[in-house]
Amino acid sequence: MATIIGGLAASHVPSIGGAIARGETQTPYWKPFFDAFNPVHAWLADKKPDVAIVIYNDHGLNFFLDKMPTFAIGVADHYDNADEGWGIPVLPSFEGDPELSWHLAESLVGDGFDMTMCQELLVDHAFTLPIKLMYPNAGARWPLRTIPITINSVQHPLPTAARCWKLGQAIGRAVISYPKDARVVILGTGGLSHQLDGERAGFINKDFDLLCMKDIVDDPEALTHFTNRQIVELAGSQGVELMTWIAMRAALGGPARAVSRHYHAPLSNTGGAVLLIEPASEPGRMAAE
Amino acid sequence: MDQRPIPGTPIFDGRRAQGGYALNKMCYSFNHEANRREFSADEEAYMAKYGLNEAQKAAIRARNVLALIAAGGNVYYLAKFAGIFGLNVQDIGAQQTGMTIDAFKAHLVAQGA
Repeated sequence: MATIIGGLAASHVPSIGGAIARGETQTPYWKPFFDAFNPVHAWLADKKPDVAIVIYNDHGLNFFLDKMPTFAIGVADHYDNADEGWGIPVLPSFEGDPELSWHLAESLVGDGFDMTMCQELLVDHAFTLPIKLMYPNAGARWPLRTIPITINSVQHPLPTAARCWKLGQAIGRAVISYPKDARVVILGTGGLSHQLDGERAGFINKDFDLLCMKDIVDDPEALTHFTNRQIVELAGSQGVELMTWIAMRAALGGPARAVSRHYHAPLSNTGGAVLLIEPASEPGRMAAE
Repeated sequence: MDQRPIPGTPIFDGRRAQGGYALNKMCYSFNHEANRREFSADEEAYMAKYGLNEAQKAAIRARNVLALIAAGGNVYYLAKFAGIFGLNVQDIGAQQTGMTIDAFKAHLVAQGA
């Protein structure tokens, strides 16, 4: 039986890739962020997840405005990274888990979430960098299988926080109904507050970010009451990536506890955050309850 | 979504997505090195190939991010255009806010304090 062993929320700014490529992970600017992954590495070494379900937003590598799915899931046996146009290194291909992907697709669509199903999906920095941060010493082969799930954060209307919460709950139900053994970690990548465009570019809201860091663990449904306009106003136009955190947290379900948390601003133009959480109850109990 | 404007904050909605389609499609093409080279070799021909309107062409020629956004550009695709010139999100942030790069970086740091 599959179990959800934890959830990781992390910022995914592209310049993380540049810092890795230039060997700057221990410079004063970058060290706090990279060191925030030390407890994550210890946790991964202990818990050894088999699969990562990565909830993220594509930034115009795979999806364009010609066809923009609100929610999409990869059902492929591998996912390639590619040139995004501004020169961060392309990372090795990621192994998929098509059997679990199709189980998720069946379960999610049956549950009312009409996912776009993708047999080819290029994964951008929002997918690749958090996994690289989890496994900085991985070589050509990553130590776990992956399933990408994307949430449209490019073209409004975007799905609401309440809807992303329900999507996450449905992902959680789908995973624990999978009959095969798999230790699953859920990633939500992006955020926290940032805005790249307009005269308000550079906007960061530390107070709101710290509220999110707390509520996502202890009172996540409180975050689902914000409208998208409120999130844009409070977290910046790209702060809507908070949706990926909300879906991740909902997939864990039940009470959760923080294993480690880190916040540091600015990370590039962004409120930089790393948050690792576990179900407060033992993995597997949720399925029995 | 509630349509009340948020100062200095463009919302990339259907109106912008429709008006900016050609511009964004061109910028999306810059994921590929061959397309970046083709653009750099003859910008006017490349813009014509993608059917940019005059406002979009003028904004591209001027490398003006606010004008590109006003012409329907989305920042995720525009970032690929900026990448051709080695400009990152702090460079384009400084340009849009009218700050120097150093002042813009200091603004970011101040908000994290």
